[in-house]
Amino acid sequence: MSTRSSRSILPGFGLSLGFTVAYLSLIVLLPLSAVFIKTSGMTFAEFWQSVSSPLVVSAYKVTFFASFAAALVNSFFGLIVAWMLVRYSFPGKRVVDALVDLPFALPTAVAGIALTTIYGPTGWIGRWLAPHDIQIAYTPLGVFVALTFIGLPFVVRTLQPVIEELEPELEEASASLGASRFQTVFKVIIPQLFPALIAGTAMAFARSLGEYGSVVFIGANLPMKTQIVPHVIIEKLEQYDYKGATAIATVMLVSSFILLLLINLLQKWSRRYHKI
Amino acid sequence: MSSIVTHLHKPGSSHGHASRVTQDAAWVRWTLTTVALLFLFGFVLLPLTAVFAEGLRKGVGLFFQSLVDADALAAIKLTLLTAVIAVPSNVVFGVAAAWCITKFSFPGKSVLVTLIDLPFAVSPVIAGMIFVLLFGLQGWLGQYLNAESVWFPWLQQWLIHQDFQVIYATPGIILATIFITFPFVARELIPLMQAQGTDEEYAAVTLGANGWQIFWRVTLPNIKWGLFYGIVLCNARAMGEFGAVSVVSGHIRGETNTMPLHVEILYNEYHFSAAFAVASLLALLAIVTLVLKSVIEWRNSRA
Repeated sequence: MSTRSSRSILPGFGLSLGFTVAYLSLIVLLPLSAVFIKTSGMTFAEFWQSVSSPLVVSAYKVTFFASFAAALVNSFFGLIVAWMLVRYSFPGKRVVDALVDLPFALPTAVAGIALTTIYGPTGWIGRWLAPHDIQIAYTPLGVFVALTFIGLPFVVRTLQPVIEELEPELEEASASLGASRFQTVFKVIIPQLFPALIAGTAMAFARSLGEYGSVVFIGANLPMKTQIVPHVIIEKLEQYDYKGATAIATVMLVSSFILLLLINLLQKWSRRYHKI
Repeated sequence: MSSIVTHLHKPGSSHGHASRVTQDAAWVRWTLTTVALLFLFGFVLLPLTAVFAEGLRKGVGLFFQSLVDADALAAIKLTLLTAVIAVPSNVVFGVAAAWCITKFSFPGKSVLVTLIDLPFAVSPVIAGMIFVLLFGLQGWLGQYLNAESVWFPWLQQWLIHQDFQVIYATPGIILATIFITFPFVARELIPLMQAQGTDEEYAAVTLGANGWQIFWRVTLPNIKWGLFYGIVLCNARAMGEFGAVSVVSGHIRGETNTMPLHVEILYNEYHFSAAFAVASLLALLAIVTLVLKSVIEWRNSRA
């Protein structure tokens, strides 16, 4: 273990810490503080008017519900995908494992136009749904599809290491005490995975709240219908309404910081079984 | 918050013995595998395939023509320039941050680690917006340039004379990209160096090595794969960033368009094949990133 900084014999503490703090302040803290400084220059009435207009409230709703639904779907399928990748073996598993990270590596704009094309009325999937009067592109359903794509790796990659570390002894004990496999899964395995599942789902949800690139194409930004909060901010900036944009950004920033805090707590909780 | 996602994990790291009672029945295995693969096929593989299929729909000729178009080439150049500046600056930061966080203990360390993660929690659009607030015409820089009596009048004169512009110009694009890709290298190195401890470095000090010698000969060889992976991820995000760059760029064709923005413009003008052709380049970058990740994981699991 490292000793106290003053007594450590390794060199470079001052240089590395100084550079880290200076770079962090210049690139992240100072620019971010601009949002709060700009907001603090507004009266409360101005602020409230900006963040509670019907257009903005509808955007909160679309963003929140689509993100929430996408995170829920991901928690279900992500659990199955993670379980399959750890516990089963099948040909091509390595490729499938790598594919899970695609939403993370593929630029969001590329994902956006690809999903719009597939789920559009003449697309590979859209054309089969069109006769049943199901339209995905340019509806809130499209926003949900894009956010599901974006969130998938968060759930799978949070669960995978936890499933790997599950102790088979617990399952054996459960089986030897007469539990069926079904009982073992739901009373022994799932409770152990639950904190990580919540943490991964929350991460997918947090990421979805701020997502822009993949949603704007498939959602088409119809006001009061599919417009998301980040797009409202862009629109305000284009109209040089910096105050309005900043006020909405403050609401988003504060909610995502609170979420980040919750996720950190969840992760501590999820590792309580795995003290390394 | 994405820490877990970006970490290398070792595939197939042993989980003991597989006895009969810990195995699912065959029909369960088949059902779950089918459901999982169908989900991945529909949501992940299909979009990836669509990018290339749509790009090639009107023939290979048009595909390559879209890539060597003057505006496309300008966009590719700007994207490369952005990555060439943003990635090395975040590498230097990541190494410095990981060094002070993992080799020393000091008060406020956990706060520092949390602050490094902050850009992950900020929407890309807001990341772009903060630089508009700072450097836009109505922002602090604009107010400074237009003010009557200011601090350092010579600086104001010089900036005006230089036609100094950050927003709707290359510096803004680079700044926004650095902000977005800020945590990637540091988040990769910190857990790795934490796990490796400080024993080898102490040994090097005892044997009389100086700071740079320790770093280049002891630390760097130990962290090179983690560092490489951090660079790969950082680069992928730097080249593919859309939201933040879109806010600060102003979309001036041939001048402030990066590749993702060029894709957007082509798509919105209904040049679908051209849009998907440029998008295929970005998709290729994503595939290379994933392949490199798998190769590094494979190396790690054998080591």
